[in-house]
Amino acid sequence: MTSSLSPRASILLLVLAAAIVAAPMALKIDGQFLGTDDAGSKAIEDSHPGYVRWTHPFWEPPSKEIEATIFALEAAIGAGVLGYVIGRRHGSRRRDDADR
Amino acid sequence: MHIMEGFLPASHAAAWWLVSTPFVVAGAMSLRRILRDRPEARLTLAAAGAFTFVLSALKLPSVTGSCSHPTGTGLGAIAFGPSVMALLGTIVLVFQALLLAHGGLTTLGANVFSMAIVGPWVGWAAWKGASALRLPATVAVFLGAALADLSTYVVTSFELALAFPDPTSGYLGAFLKFAGIFAVTQVPLAIAEGFVVIVVMNALVGRLPSAVDGHVAGVR
Repeated sequence: MTSSLSPRASILLLVLAAAIVAAPMALKIDGQFLGTDDAGSKAIEDSHPGYVRWTHPFWEPPSKEIEATIFALEAAIGAGVLGYVIGRRHGSRRRDDADR
Repeated sequence: MHIMEGFLPASHAAAWWLVSTPFVVAGAMSLRRILRDRPEARLTLAAAGAFTFVLSALKLPSVTGSCSHPTGTGLGAIAFGPSVMALLGTIVLVFQALLLAHGGLTTLGANVFSMAIVGPWVGWAAWKGASALRLPATVAVFLGAALADLSTYVVTSFELALAFPDPTSGYLGAFLKFAGIFAVTQVPLAIAEGFVVIVVMNALVGRLPSAVDGHVAGVR
């Protein structure tokens, strides 16, 4: 029981995913849209003010800009590899079809 | 789901390292086995790792008014089984800990356990369960991807609650508090990831795999 997806269904699903992600901003939901990781750390500091953070990262991006660049680099490397593989698979399937 | 550097007591940090290490070693062995038995799968394997790289770099807004990132581990867990994702997920977490100060080395064991171990296993089991129930392959892949994502954040909440029980409401109260931060934020993002994984899986392997015939999708 395997199935494949029509191009139209693929586009519809991607639009749906984009809509879900855009909705909180479009609906003007209250909030600063900060990261949950930092919210988690803050919740610990609030409930356990005596907790002493015993290690720190030995390197941190010196600014938000540099952090954004490294995140963009991470996504770019991933997207590059993913796109390469999808492209090759697509090309080889077309060749298989042509052989038949 | 990143527990920041230094935000777990040393005993907890060490315990999660001990729990996670065998899974990562097993993941490395599983990777070697896949590459030996099915060398043609190496490109798809690279794509599965790359997908996790991309998704965990994207911090997306959610209905709670805060931002979080998807995990992308369900795709590889469905295609290759959950074991190998322990290694691929760890690579992503090490990259973020070292270069972005996102997560940390002391908390790596706990973060690996949530994102690279429990997430993939839950996602794989959900995909397999849905297939066994003869649900359509789209639904099975969606559930596998979305639940791999969501369960990761539930485990993070559990890990934090264990380390920081609430002074008045105890472990359960702390779990609900952390789940309110992490897991609730994650619900819409997990749904969006489910939709994206259906599309990417189809583009990558040319079909939507169902688990009726085997334990893993057996894609090449």
